[in-house]
Amino acid sequence: MRKILFAVFIAAAMAGCSTTPTTETGAPIDDKSGAAASGATTGSASGDRITGVTTGSGAGSGVPAELRDPNSILSKRSVYFDFDSFVVREEFKPLVEAHAKYLQRNRNAKMTVQGNTDERGSREYNIALGQKRADAVKRMMVLLGATETQVETVSFGKEKPKNAGHDETSWAENRRDDILYAGE
Amino acid sequence: MPVKQRLLLAFLLLFAVLPARAQLTIEIVGGGGAALPLAVVPFESEATYPLGITGIVGADLQRSGLVRLVDTAGVNPRPYRAEDVQPAVWRARQADAVVVGSMRPAGDGRVEVRFALVDVVKQTLLTSMTYTVTPQQFRATAHRIADAIYEKLTGDPGIFSTRIAYITKQGPRYQLLVADADGADPQSVVTSNEPLLSPKWSPDGTRIAYVSFESRKPVVYVQSLSSGQRQAVANFRGSNSSPAWSPDSRRLAVTLTKDGGSQVYVMNADGSNVTRVLSSGGIDTEATFTPDGASLLFTSDRGGTPQIYRANLASGAVERITFEGSYNVSPRPFPDGKGLAFVRRDGGRFQIATLDYATKQVQVLTDGPGDESPSIAPNGKLIIYASAAGGRGILAAVSSDGRVKQRLVAPATEVREPAWGPLRRP
Repeated sequence: MRKILFAVFIAAAMAGCSTTPTTETGAPIDDKSGAAASGATTGSASGDRITGVTTGSGAGSGVPAELRDPNSILSKRSVYFDFDSFVVREEFKPLVEAHAKYLQRNRNAKMTVQGNTDERGSREYNIALGQKRADAVKRMMVLLGATETQVETVSFGKEKPKNAGHDETSWAENRRDDILYAGE
Repeated sequence: MPVKQRLLLAFLLLFAVLPARAQLTIEIVGGGGAALPLAVVPFESEATYPLGITGIVGADLQRSGLVRLVDTAGVNPRPYRAEDVQPAVWRARQADAVVVGSMRPAGDGRVEVRFALVDVVKQTLLTSMTYTVTPQQFRATAHRIADAIYEKLTGDPGIFSTRIAYITKQGPRYQLLVADADGADPQSVVTSNEPLLSPKWSPDGTRIAYVSFESRKPVVYVQSLSSGQRQAVANFRGSNSSPAWSPDSRRLAVTLTKDGGSQVYVMNADGSNVTRVLSSGGIDTEATFTPDGASLLFTSDRGGTPQIYRANLASGAVERITFEGSYNVSPRPFPDGKGLAFVRRDGGRFQIATLDYATKQVQVLTDGPGDESPSIAPNGKLIIYASAAGGRGILAAVSSDGRVKQRLVAPATEVREPAWGPLRRP
């Protein structure tokens, strides 16, 4: 008998802890089809069984204390956006600049900027919108000292909301870029 | 439900512990005013077998909005062959047509299932078929009978033997499931603790492409349904998403951000030969092949707001398709090539709509406020989409003329991202 391990995902934007990856293939399950009608060709049951897969997410290993010091602006990792906007607001420029300067000082450091949207609209279009938000922060970092290869931008679209509510306050919290350094 | 209980029993025998599958229940919520009154008489000896074939046949046809079932109780003797149908008896019950049939052992554990569809107004035999099947094939046979009846009555292929793929979310766990078109027999394709989205059937029905966040960024996978073997076909720097199959199942259109910004590329189904096909300074995404394979419909904000465009793959010529409103996304071409279904935002409400190329008419099919991810049935007559009810994600379906509406719900589960599978060859 096969044992299945289910990892529980802890939704902490900053901590980014994840658990042991599990990967498993589900057992083949019969699909009942392939009836033969007189005068028609006989169906085949092969090709109708479905075999499933279970995936997991990777675990991190840790980053320098400077990036985790709660008294340092470098421990602040989120930039928030207005509705339908990709413009980095003035209030977040010091944060973006601080991270850009860190990357400039530490050429081996790499980060990912994760773009997010609120829950409204097409999932795929929101992946693209979230990407635009992540790219906006990257562009600013590169202007302020980071190199292209130090910053990857990805989008979660509306798939990983920080706030599961359905009102303007919740939506505002989800229109957001998060900065994660490699190893987190 | 019997099917769910059987499935759970099978899992208890094979595995240590498994949570319950998200069994979909389909509710008809509107429409069907012009439905044909049809009587489906239980087949001879049907009661001696564990699965009620005629129950499935009747449910399929009623769910399509095509028929309204007429009560068959109290008709004695029960007809099992076309020649035993007494038209006057059924006309008295307001029926226009009657389905009769029989089931008898055919040796080797197989069963011969016969049915006939009789028009009791014109008093003619419309169609009849005989199938020799194993009991494991009873459910599929019921769907084939419903398909045959549907096709005879409408001229269109039935979709009762098709399957739908969809994504569920229960707490932190996501699954990509495939179930019969009536929601029965859900089977797991992928289980993950990171989001899954955009499942897309290959037109040959053998593989599903999807987007997975298991690597903490969107990556496009192609997975074989029979073997579970899968390949990350688009895993470039940045985000990889929005897979769509070419009609010959050999290529995929995808959205990649590897060259800066969300742009559309076409690649072989194994991820090789990646070619950029569109270019804009903003967002191009949700590319989907037209049925003739010659063009891509896609979503772009190149005009300032998200709208739908069509690009000819040979010439590269791009033309805008949607002009009403400031948000038109998620193009899905109808199989007959005459138009598309899509999502529009109107006054903050997201709704499913259709556009006819010839008349340029937009027809709004749903109310919203949060309708998205339409997928068109392979006969072009029904559109399944994601919606919400009671604060929870559900699936819903609407006929392409807006007349018939259904809801598909699963208990304690968020359901989203439906994808209707292709017609299945017998």
